Amino acid sequence: MKVLDGRGKPYREVNALLEELWQEGIQEVLLRSINGQRYLGRGFSRGEIIIEGTPGDDLGMFLNGATIRVRGNAQDGVGNTMNAGKIIVEGDARDIVGFSMRGGKIFIRGDVGYRVGIHMKSYLDEYPVIVVGGKSGDFLGEYMAGGLIVVLGLERSRPVEGNFIASGMHGGRILIRGEVDQRFLGAGMKVEKTAAGEWNEVVPYLQEYCQDLNVPFTFSSDEFVSITPLTTRPYGKIYAY
Amino acid sequence: MRERERIPSGCAVAGILSQSGQPVGGETIIQAMRVMHERSNGLGGGFAGYGIYPDFAALYAFHVLCDCKGSIDEVEAMLRKNFVVEHQETVPIWEHSPLRDHPEFMRYFLRPRESENEEELVVQTVMEINARIEGAYVISSGKNLGVFKGVGYPEDIGEFFRLDEYQGYCWIAHGRFPTNSVGWWGGAHPFNLLHFSVVHNGELSSYGINRRYLENFGYFCTLQTDTEVIAYLLDLLLRRHRVPPEALGTIFASPFWSQIETMSEPERSLYRAIRVTYGGALLNGPFSIIVGFEGGMLGLVDRIKLRPMVAAWNGDMFYLASEESAIREIAPELDRVCALRAGEVVMGRLKEGVLHGQEFAASRV
Repeated sequence: MKVLDGRGKPYREVNALLEELWQEGIQEVLLRSINGQRYLGRGFSRGEIIIEGTPGDDLGMFLNGATIRVRGNAQDGVGNTMNAGKIIVEGDARDIVGFSMRGGKIFIRGDVGYRVGIHMKSYLDEYPVIVVGGKSGDFLGEYMAGGLIVVLGLERSRPVEGNFIASGMHGGRILIRGEVDQRFLGAGMKVEKTAAGEWNEVVPYLQEYCQDLNVPFTFSSDEFVSITPLTTRPYGKIYAY
Repeated sequence: MRERERIPSGCAVAGILSQSGQPVGGETIIQAMRVMHERSNGLGGGFAGYGIYPDFAALYAFHVLCDCKGSIDEVEAMLRKNFVVEHQETVPIWEHSPLRDHPEFMRYFLRPRESENEEELVVQTVMEINARIEGAYVISSGKNLGVFKGVGYPEDIGEFFRLDEYQGYCWIAHGRFPTNSVGWWGGAHPFNLLHFSVVHNGELSSYGINRRYLENFGYFCTLQTDTEVIAYLLDLLLRRHRVPPEALGTIFASPFWSQIETMSEPERSLYRAIRVTYGGALLNGPFSIIVGFEGGMLGLVDRIKLRPMVAAWNGDMFYLASEESAIREIAPELDRVCALRAGEVVMGRLKEGVLHGQEFAASRV
């Protein structure tokens, strides 16, 4: 595997070096000594990048098909407005993971921060998916319009500690392993046991997650609840003339 | 004219505390701030160092920013009225710094003429100079600490003030991206009064309320930046009202009324009483702040966490920063890292018996 040392290199230089390597026909790069560089892999449609260190904000912004794996923690804005591809974080990620995400997958092994999946959306075949291994902060799936978020709570009995879950959500689906009290939900949401039909749709993503992050697949649908909006236009009446 | 381009910024904050009182050089905090360069836009940077004046540890160290020559005589006359000036000097700067058009910086080491109500005397003197003397501002006034700040990127400000020549047990720092107030030397962070210093990422939409509330207690805002109110609120709450620092979150970032209603007694009554009593001290709007005080450092983010902050520990070292990478730059291996949660104070304290005054100065030799 090609190795690139990122120490002291500004993000523009790192991204330019990666693009040169893709043009040489290299498909996989180990990025070493990364610390704080933003926008790594921005808009990349090909290649596989393994990052050692702590990548900066907006990792994989506008990602368009490439794969990124982080051996450590990520910061804010992982997969900001990504279209396609996959981001795997072996540690924790912070706030606004998958901000306005439109397609592709984000798999986090550890915990995530606030407002994960804010404004994510789906269209025709584009279907964004976020799977979190640990727990989530407040405002999970805020203003969510489409796609899927799953919180597994692997280490803890109560996965989502957050408040205001799905505030302003009007499309898509959030699955949480464990019980969720209605008072932690935003207005206009319903929470139900996950049905067999939707579980079958989710299983392939979870199997892929478990394979990528070396987690045993031991889940069953009766451990999960699904959160969906009661209406696709929760604020329709507010703006009605 | 410079080409217009979008500058994707959002302020940077960082703090280092050695809980065992080990001296940390100023270059360390500059190094952490440099990683977050993109969070600032060059219109403000600053640092506060604690334990940096061990030879004058018992004296109040006044850092004075002065943008016109005439007023410094007035400042000195006012200082001499209430204090004995034990030592005074120009704050050393790097002569070849690219930073231009900077004001003058003087520092005075002061012994109060009266030993009663010393701290009140300091507060009154700071308020009087800042409000009455044109172009002169006391930017820090605590014992054994100093604030260094100005217009520029934080790493350039740190070099300008030659911070690599200082050693302290605690440093807090800020890189500024001013959104709704002017970028000038006095308006950069940290803001300080006595031994309380604060750096802030965010905007205080409650600034007007906080400012009027503080006027009732004799604090007057003169520095044209919202964060100034936090420095004075810290003095009011922590010193005058003896609020324990770990309780600051319940005042600055109080739970919502709807959350208070779901609490059981006695918490419900307590939180209700705090919100009613300290409504004027509630900070509304997005913020993440780092507070330095004598013997400790704490971090706090707003009630719905609209700004980032990460805390980390390694041995006796305690770190706070907007981004984990800033901490990793100076401490690659960490015992523990976690993101702050809304409204919760994360604090580190100097261990009991740790020396950081004159005894510490002697022990260095």
